[in-house]
Amino acid sequence: MERDPGPGGARRALGRLLEAVLASRGEANAVFDILAVLQSEDQEEIQEAVRACSRLFGALLERGELFVGQLPPEETVMAGSQGATRKYKMWMRHRYHSCCNRLGELLAHPSFQVKELALGTLMKFVQLEGAHPLEKPKWEGNYLFPRPLFKMVVEGLLSLEEDRSLLLSQFREYLEHDDIRYHTMQAASDVVARVANGHPEVPLIFCNNAFTLLSAVSLPRQESDISSFYVRRTELSDKWKVTHLKEHRRAFQLMWLGFLKHKLPLSICKKVLVIMHDSILPHLAQPSLMIDFLTRAYDIGGAISLLALNGLFILIHKHNLEYPDFYRKLYGLLDPSVFHVKYRARFFHLADLFLSSSHLPAYLVAAFAKRLSRLALTAPPEALLMVLPFICNLLRRHPACRVLVHRPGSPELDADPYDPGEEDPAKSRALESSLWELQALQRHYHPEVSKAASVINQVLSVPEVSLAPLLELTAFEVFERDLKKKGPESVPLEFIPARGLLGRRDDLCAQHFTLS
Amino acid sequence: MGKARSAGARRKAPGIPVGARGGPARPNPNPFEVKINRQKFQVLGRKTRHDVGLPGVSRARAIQKRTQTLLKEYKERDKSNVFTDKRFGEYNSNISPEEKMMKRFALEQQRQHEKKSIYNLNEDEELTHYGQSLADIEKHNDIVDSDCDADEPGTLSAELTAAHFGGGGGLLHKKTSQQEGEEGEKPKSRKALIEELIAKSKQEKRERQAQREDALELTEKLDQDWKEIQTLLAHKTPKSENRDKKEKPKPDAYDMMVRELGFEMKAQPSNRMKTEEELAKEEQERLRSLEAERLRRMLGKDDENSRRPGHVSADDLSDGFILGEDDRRLLSYKDGKMNVEEEQSREASDGESEEEEGEDSSEEDPEESDDPDSHSDLESDEESEEGSGTPEKERRHAPGKRLTSDGQKAREAARTELPYTFVAPESFEELKSLLSGKSIEEQLLVVERIQKCNHPSLAVGNKAKLEQRGKCQGRSEQAENHPLTFVPSKATAGPGGGRHGALTSQKLFGFLLEYVGDLATNDPPDLRMIDKLVVQLYNLCQMFPESASDSIKFVLRDAMHEMEGMIETKGRAAFPGLDVLIYLKIAGMLFPTSDFWHPVVTPALVCMSQLLTKCPVRCLQDVVKGLFVCCVFLDYVSLSQRFIPELINFLLGILYIATPNKQNQGYTLVHPFRAFGKNSELLLVSDEEDMATWQRKSLSLHWASGLKAQTKTEANHTRLSCLAVCLALVKRCVLMYGVLPSFHDITRPLRALLTEHLADCSHPRELQELCQSILTEMENQKHHCQPLICEKSKPVPLKLFTPRLVKVLEFGRKQGSSKEEQERKRLIHKHKREFKGAIREIRKDNQFLARMQLSEIMERDVERKRKVKQLFNSLATQEGEWKALKRKKFKK
Repeated sequence: MERDPGPGGARRALGRLLEAVLASRGEANAVFDILAVLQSEDQEEIQEAVRACSRLFGALLERGELFVGQLPPEETVMAGSQGATRKYKMWMRHRYHSCCNRLGELLAHPSFQVKELALGTLMKFVQLEGAHPLEKPKWEGNYLFPRPLFKMVVEGLLSLEEDRSLLLSQFREYLEHDDIRYHTMQAASDVVARVANGHPEVPLIFCNNAFTLLSAVSLPRQESDISSFYVRRTELSDKWKVTHLKEHRRAFQLMWLGFLKHKLPLSICKKVLVIMHDSILPHLAQPSLMIDFLTRAYDIGGAISLLALNGLFILIHKHNLEYPDFYRKLYGLLDPSVFHVKYRARFFHLADLFLSSSHLPAYLVAAFAKRLSRLALTAPPEALLMVLPFICNLLRRHPACRVLVHRPGSPELDADPYDPGEEDPAKSRALESSLWELQALQRHYHPEVSKAASVINQVLSVPEVSLAPLLELTAFEVFERDLKKKGPESVPLEFIPARGLLGRRDDLCAQHFTLS
Repeated sequence: MGKARSAGARRKAPGIPVGARGGPARPNPNPFEVKINRQKFQVLGRKTRHDVGLPGVSRARAIQKRTQTLLKEYKERDKSNVFTDKRFGEYNSNISPEEKMMKRFALEQQRQHEKKSIYNLNEDEELTHYGQSLADIEKHNDIVDSDCDADEPGTLSAELTAAHFGGGGGLLHKKTSQQEGEEGEKPKSRKALIEELIAKSKQEKRERQAQREDALELTEKLDQDWKEIQTLLAHKTPKSENRDKKEKPKPDAYDMMVRELGFEMKAQPSNRMKTEEELAKEEQERLRSLEAERLRRMLGKDDENSRRPGHVSADDLSDGFILGEDDRRLLSYKDGKMNVEEEQSREASDGESEEEEGEDSSEEDPEESDDPDSHSDLESDEESEEGSGTPEKERRHAPGKRLTSDGQKAREAARTELPYTFVAPESFEELKSLLSGKSIEEQLLVVERIQKCNHPSLAVGNKAKLEQRGKCQGRSEQAENHPLTFVPSKATAGPGGGRHGALTSQKLFGFLLEYVGDLATNDPPDLRMIDKLVVQLYNLCQMFPESASDSIKFVLRDAMHEMEGMIETKGRAAFPGLDVLIYLKIAGMLFPTSDFWHPVVTPALVCMSQLLTKCPVRCLQDVVKGLFVCCVFLDYVSLSQRFIPELINFLLGILYIATPNKQNQGYTLVHPFRAFGKNSELLLVSDEEDMATWQRKSLSLHWASGLKAQTKTEANHTRLSCLAVCLALVKRCVLMYGVLPSFHDITRPLRALLTEHLADCSHPRELQELCQSILTEMENQKHHCQPLICEKSKPVPLKLFTPRLVKVLEFGRKQGSSKEEQERKRLIHKHKREFKGAIREIRKDNQFLARMQLSEIMERDVERKRKVKQLFNSLATQEGEWKALKRKKFKK
C-alpha cells in the first residue's frame, strides 16, 4: 500500500480502499490494509482508520454481508468446502470481529479523541448489529442484542488503570435509551463480579469508574416511560424482558448489590451513601437487601455512619426494618466532631426525625439531651444556635425530661451523676442529672447563644421551635447578621483611652507578646 | 270576657310599636286574631319586626291570592284557549295615556271607516270626551266649571292647616276620598300636594331670611353710628387700639441700646478653676457613671426594660405598684451559692487572684498614670510657647506616650521642617504619599496636624457641643486645654471648610486603619508605628464613632469574606495575615468589649471564633497567630467573663501538638486539629539542650508575620515559649471559668492532657510548675451541682371578664369585618331566607291544591250521590207506579 504524506493522503488512500472493498468482493483483501492502519502509532491515522472501519462494516452489516450464526474458527472455514459466498461472509465476519477487538483496545488509547471516536463507532456497531443480528433467532420474535460486543464496551469503560470519567460522561447519553441501560446494568454487574473475584482488594480506580457508571444509571419512575430504544425495533414484544420496568429494577438491584458487597474504599462509600436515599433506594426491587451495606457503613463510624443513617432511616420507616440498638448506636455517634463535619445539617435533621416520636422512653431522650448539651460545650456558635433549640425541643416533646431543667427540692450533688463514657443511654443516669452545661452556656460570649441558652430559665413554652432555618446556619451568616443588625442608639465607645497596641497593663497580649 | 281584657291589657304594655304599626292599617283588629311574639328582654337598638302577627288575616290573604292565581291556573290546566288582550298599547308603558287614547281612537275610526261607512259620504262623526258626546257636554259646560272653582280655595286652606297641625296621612286620605267623591274633577296627586307644601315653606323661609338680613343691616348701621359717637366721647381708647393694630412701635434709642448691650458678645463668667481634689473627684464620678453604663450594657438587660412599657391590665389602679419586679440577671455562683450581689463580676475577680485586676484598680490606675501625661502636656505647652507666633499651637499630645528626650528632640526638629497645615487626604493613596518616607515622629505629627486642621469643631464653633466633645475625648484633654482655644484658627478654615473637614477626618479613620493594615503586612511589619497610630485612631474614634465602627466592620467583613471564599473552595482556611489580627486587637481597644451586644465587638468575636475553628495549624507561625487570637479573645471577655468554647478547644489542640502522639483517653480533639497526621507533633521539643537553655520570655509579634527561625535552637525556644503562653492562657481560663456550673466538664480534656504533660518530665522546670499550678487550681474549684430550677413564672392571672369595648359606629350592622365581607354575609343570609320562604310557599301551594282537589272530589261525590239517589228515587217511583198499575189490573 503506497502512502501519501500527511493525513489528507492517508484519508484518500483509505477512502480508495474502502470503495474498492465495498465495490467488489474480489478486493476484499484490502480490509487487511485498513485494519493495519488501526494499529498505527499516529493518532490522526488511527482516527481515519476508525472512521473508515465504521463506514465499511456499517455498510456490510446493513447489506447483510456478514455471516449469521455460530461462527466456526477461521481455519476450519478456510479448509471447509462451503460455497464461496459463505466462505467470504465468514471471513468477513472474522475481520469484523478483529476490528471490534481492536476498537475495544483503542478505548484505552491515551488520546481522548481516539477514545471518543472508538466508543462512538462501537456503539454504532451495537446499534446496527442489534438491527441486523448476527445470530439466528431461536424462535419467532426472539429478542436479540449484541451482548458480547456490548459487554466488551462496558469492560473497556470500567478500566482498572485509568480514570475514565470523561469517557463515561460521554457514555451517559447512551444510557438514556432503555435497552442500553438494561444491558449496561447486566454487563456492569458481570464485570464488577469478575474484577472483584480476581482481586482481593478492589482497585480504587476501578471503583471510581464503576461508581461513575453506576450512578449515571437512573431508572424511570413509571412503566410507561420505557419506550426509547437505541436499537430500532419494528415492534416491541411484551415477552421481552427489556420492556418491563420490573426487570430493569431487578437488574439495577443486582448491579448495586454486586458492587456494594465488596469492600469499597471510604471515599466511594461516602459517595454511594450521599446518593443512596434518593437515587438508589427508590429504584430497588427489594430495598431491604441494602441493609447489609448500610449496617456495615453504619458500623464504620464518623461521617460515614452519619450518612448511612439516612438510608437506614428510609428502610426503617418505609420498609419495616427492625434494627436492634438503633438508638444506642445513634447515641454512640454523638461526639464533638459532629458539630464540625460537613454533614451536620443532614445529621441533625435526621436526629430530629428519629427523636420526634413521643413514644421514646424518657431515659433515652434525657441521655440524648444531656449528651448533646455536653457536646455543646465544645461547639462553635453557629452550631450552638442550632443545638440549643434542638435540646429545648426534646424537653418540650417529652415532659418527663423536664426534670433536667427543673428539679425543685432536691439536695445539692457532689458531682454530675451523668456518665459520659457509658455507651448505653439507659445506664448513663442522665435523668438524675441536670443540664448545667446550658447554664454555663448562658455565659457564652455570643449574645444570641446566651439568649438561646437562657430559655431554660423560664418554664419552656409549649410550641416547638422550628429547626429548619437553623440547620444550615454557617458562621459567616451569623457574622453577616451581626453586622447588619442595627443598634437602637449610637455606638458605645471605650472610655479608657488607648496608649498603644499593647498599652494596657493588665492586657494578656501585653503580658505574652512584644512588638519587637 | 275578663280573660280577653286581661290579654288585651297585657298586649298594651309592650304594645307601643303595635299601635304604631298596626294602627293605621287596621285600627281595630279583633284581639283573638292577633298573635304576639313576646320578647324576653328589650334590647336597645334592635329592630323588632315580627313581634305582632295577624295569622288569620294573612292566611286569608294568602288563600285569596292563591285562588286568584294558583287555582285559576289549576282550573285551566287542560285548557288550551288563551285570552289575548288586543287593546292597543294596553301593556305598553312607554306610551302616555293621552297618546294611547288618540291611537285607539284613530284605530277605531279606521275600523269603522273600513267596515260600516264605506259608503257614508257625509262625515259627521260624533266627538266625545270621556265617552260622552261633546255636544251633550257643551250644553251644561258652565255648571261644571263653577263647581270646581267654588271648591278649590276651601280645600287648600284645609290642607295647609292639616299639614301644620299633624295628621297628614289622615288628611290625605280624607282628601282623596273627598276628591273621589267629586265626579269630573281630576284628583290631585299626593306628589303635587307635597310639592305645593314645599314651595310654600320655602317661600316662608326666604321671607324670614330677608327679615333677618334687614335686622343685621340695621344693627351694623347702629354700630357705625355708635363708633362715630364714641370717638367723640372718649378719645383715648380707640387711639391706642389703632396704634397696636397699624403702626409698628418706633424703636426707642434706649431700648435699642439695652438690647444691643444684652446681646453683645462678651466674656462669659467662667467657672472658677477647680482644685486638684475637685478635679479628681469629678473624674472619678465620671468614670463611675461610665462604668455603671458599661455594666448595664454588659448585662444586656437594658433594652427590654427601657423600651417597652409594661402591659397595663384593665384592672390596673395606675398607682405605680408593679407585681414581681423584673430584676433577673445572669445566673452565677460563688462559693457554691447563688450570687445575688449586684456587681458579681467585680467581687469574683477581686476574690480570685492578685494577678487579675478588678475594675476598681483599673479605675484608679489611669488616675495615677495621668500625672505624667499632664506633665508632658505642660512641657509641650512650654515648648509651644517658645515657638510662639505660629497660628496653630500644639495644644495636645498623643496621650499616654512618655516621650523620651530623644524623641522630643526629633519631634522638635520635625516640627521645624514640616508644613503646619495639611489638606485632609481624599483617598488612601494620598495619605500614604503624605506619610511615606518619613520617620515615625514625622508621620505622627503629620497625622496629628491633619486631624487638627480639619477638626469638626472649627465649623460648628458651638461651645456646648465642643465641651461635650471635649469630654468625649477623654481625660488627656484637661481643663487648661480649653476648647475655645481653637477659635483663632477659625479664620483659616472658615465655616464652610469645617463641615468639609469633618467629613474628611471621618474618612481619615478609614484611611488610617488601612494604613495600619498596610504597615502590618509589610515585611517586617512596622509595629512601632502602628503602636503610635493606635492613639490617633482612638481619638478619631471618639470623635466619629459611627464612621469608625463602619470602617472596622468593613475590614472585618473583608477578612471574613476572604476566609469564607477559601473555605468554600478548599474546605479549610489559612490563618489570615497579621493585619487582621491587629484589626481585631484595635477593635477591642476602641470599643467596649464587655457589652452584651455591640455592633462592632460581636462580629469581631464571631470572626475570632472562626479563626480558631476553621484554620488548621500547620506551622509555628500559625501557632503564634492562634495564640495571639486567643489572647485577644480573652482580653475581650476579661471584664464580662464570658465563656468561649472554641478557645478551650484550641488550647487543647495546642497542648496536644506539644505532646508525643498517644492513644488519647478522656478527650477528643475537634476540627482544626487532628489526632494523627503531619502536624500533630508540631510543638514537640525533644532536644534536651535546647530545653535547658530556654528562658521564658514574651513572644514577638514578628513571629506572626513570617519571621523564620534562624537556628534550630531558636525554633525550639519559640516552641517552648508558645507552650508557656498556652499554659498561661489555660491557667487564666481556669481561673476565669471556675465559677461556671459545669467547669469540670469543660476542663476535663485539658486536665487529662496536662496530667499527661506532667507524666513526661522532659519539659523545663518552669513549665512543669505551671502545669502543676494549673492542675491544683482545677482541683480547688468546687463542683457546682445544684440541680436546676426554673424560675417561677408569674401565675397566670384569672380571666377577668372585663368587657371588651368595641366602638360601634353603625347600629344594626355586623361588626368587625370589611365591607365586602359584610355584603357577602348579607347576601348569604338573604338567600337562605328566601330559600326557606320559597320552600314554605311551595309547600303551602301544594297543600292548597290538595285541599282544592279534595273539595272537588267531595263535590263530585256529593253530586253523584245526589244523582244516584235521584235515579233510585225515580226508579222507585216508577216501580211503585208499575206495581200499583199491576195491582190495579189484578183487582180488575
